[in-house]
Amino acid sequence: MCLAVPGRVVEIEGAEPAFLRGKVDFGGVLKEVALPFTPEVKVGEYVLVHAGFALQVLDESEARRTLDDLNQLGMLDPPPEGPG
Amino acid sequence: MKFLDEYRDGELVSELGRRIAATAAHDWTIMEVCGGQTHTILKSGLEELLPGNVQLVHGPGCPVCVTPLELIDAAVEVAMRPGVVFTSFGDMLRVPGSRLSLLDARARGADVRIVYSPLDAVELARRMQEKEVVFFAVGFETTAPANAMAVWQAANTGVENFSIVSAHVLVPPAMEAVLGSPECRVQAFLAPGHVCAVDGYEQYEAVANRYGVPVVVTGFEPVDLMEGILGAVRQLEDGRAEVENRYSRAVKREGNQEARRIVAEVFETSSRKWRGIGAIPNSGLCLRPAYASFDALTRFGAQTGEVAEPEQCQAGRVLQGLLKPTGCAAFGTHCTPDHPLGAPMVSSEGACAAYYLYGGRD
Amino acid sequence: MAHGGGGRMTERLIEDVFLPAFVGAELGRRHDGAYLPELQRRLAVTTDCFVVKPLLFPGGSIGSLAVHGTVNDLAMCGARPLYLTAGFVLEEGLEIALLRRVVTDMAAAARESGVEIITADTKVVERGKGDGVYINTTGIGECLIGEAGPWRAEPGDAVIVSGDLGRHGIAILSVREGIEFSTRIESDAMALWPAVSALIAAGIEIHCLRDLTRGGLSSALNEIARARGVEINIDEATIPISEPVRGACEFLGLDPLYVANEGRFCVIVPGGEAPRAVGVLKSTGLALDARVIGALCEGRSRVVMKTRIGGRRIVDMLSGEQLPRIC
Repeated sequence: MCLAVPGRVVEIEGAEPAFLRGKVDFGGVLKEVALPFTPEVKVGEYVLVHAGFALQVLDESEARRTLDDLNQLGMLDPPPEGPG
Repeated sequence: MKFLDEYRDGELVSELGRRIAATAAHDWTIMEVCGGQTHTILKSGLEELLPGNVQLVHGPGCPVCVTPLELIDAAVEVAMRPGVVFTSFGDMLRVPGSRLSLLDARARGADVRIVYSPLDAVELARRMQEKEVVFFAVGFETTAPANAMAVWQAANTGVENFSIVSAHVLVPPAMEAVLGSPECRVQAFLAPGHVCAVDGYEQYEAVANRYGVPVVVTGFEPVDLMEGILGAVRQLEDGRAEVENRYSRAVKREGNQEARRIVAEVFETSSRKWRGIGAIPNSGLCLRPAYASFDALTRFGAQTGEVAEPEQCQAGRVLQGLLKPTGCAAFGTHCTPDHPLGAPMVSSEGACAAYYLYGGRD
Repeated sequence: MAHGGGGRMTERLIEDVFLPAFVGAELGRRHDGAYLPELQRRLAVTTDCFVVKPLLFPGGSIGSLAVHGTVNDLAMCGARPLYLTAGFVLEEGLEIALLRRVVTDMAAAARESGVEIITADTKVVERGKGDGVYINTTGIGECLIGEAGPWRAEPGDAVIVSGDLGRHGIAILSVREGIEFSTRIESDAMALWPAVSALIAAGIEIHCLRDLTRGGLSSALNEIARARGVEINIDEATIPISEPVRGACEFLGLDPLYVANEGRFCVIVPGGEAPRAVGVLKSTGLALDARVIGALCEGRSRVVMKTRIGGRRIVDMLSGEQLPRIC
């Protein structure tokens, strides 16, 4: 369920929160997206888009933190202590 | 593309696979609830990278698959009315009702159109005052805010020739239905990350507590899925049953308050029949009385009678993770994407279609 | 435009729109049929009908498509395209300016492809009985090599694609009502003969050529695998797809392997010939992204792909057109 794709907000228009719209860049393709659920979003930030609506502003620092954790594979998770 | 490519890194996925293998000392069965995740798993060949003792079973999280036949029949009936422009996401068009699909209806002269967003349907209604524009509002918690906003905008900008067929479903009641089955063998859940992006994960804490199952909020890319599986396996090995968020770049505990507010404004929960499973209390959304005039079935007096499923179809058991698609006698023989018996063979994210398309046929 | 049964209206269409654009000696004689000179070589013939909505799209129109589609089918037979016939079904009410644009595009594409439109026909149908214009073209070409087809493909052969995939299908979707988006993606529609003739001139042993039109790469490879009874193994990481096509496919929920192309083909050559064939294709300047994406091997008639993350999956034929989805 629920194909939702990250894209970068390049333009925001509209004053009334319920009708907030913007353009979102997906790898160079621009699509008009409704932004009423992410009124805080700023140009340049990434949003998760589903059915023409931004559902969330993606948290870059959170993403970086988890990826760093994963990439330093030694720190990935402590290995299990053995079966138990 | 940022936020996608990093999560499709082959080396990282392999390393996570090795971690899972090193962690899993016992046999575990984990259900990914969401069909989108099933799709990623099969499309990227992820199961090959998992140890044999970690089994994935595919859940009921495909709104198209669980939309009952009678609702599709009613949608087709409305679409065939003169003066109606029937709009839908592409997903629903090929799904057969008991007689016709929406594509069949189009071939017989109905004006059926694909939209990308429900707001496109409202815009169409605004442009075509002489027509009645109906939108097939299908979806889980992820899609409900978009559909609710379409109704709200229509109501607040005087677009009266717009209405919806509401076919919304909710995830937590479906998870409980799976867990409540005496045959249930699911030991942990990967919770659908995009549903949680909207609704948060507070409500899964109750499920984890009540049934003693780990629930890991999981994203949709290969790295995300492996991370989710690793999280679930670690909890299972530790004997924990917690809700854990492994999709933190998109999901907060409280979800998206703005989106939840508009859903609560326009919709209320209702009992809902799930195709192949049956009625589940409080598992659907219908329009609140203040918005009831936007209900297409009422507006057009369309009937939703009881329709029996083809007997050969095991979709209900597949959707509950009790049967792998390949375990069904009809799979690939009496039931193919060209001649489907049930919706999981039709929908792009249906488990049977994914197995058929990506090669679970060996 | 009014409904014309073969009277003055159709006559004026021919005088005003078609003849000025299709300035060929043979068509200009306005006889019931065309006389062709004697040809030295074996002939190849193909026919195709074109229906597309919308009629104009970024990078082309139904007019250019009707030429490219047919001359490319000839090229896939290893045949130099020489002549085209054209049949038009026009819907009453079609704007003459739009028709003129379609016909002009068609003439330009024919000129660039080196083919002459030798005979043509027009019918007008009632309003509501057509989508503006339908075009049929039949192409005649002369074969410069012996037969190339799936039956000649062998285990050990390499699969080469001529360029990045999916532009045409995505360009069409970008202007389709209900889906439209703004983009720099133009259709990849173009004539493939120059690239194919370069392979022939370089003496590459060509086993099979197939253009990647409707159903995309996946359909073409599955057809070959089934016709020849071999397994085709491809590597996802090597398949060229541009960033905007990927982006559009992501948010529309489409798989680029199934998206249509109108200016891309795959060629199957002996494994040892592959590097040279890629070099020749690149040297034409028309296939800069050409590359080897896989190989044929003994096995069941199917296409198997090594995924980007190192898994394996079947790439099957699609039933019906891919539809944008939200699930």
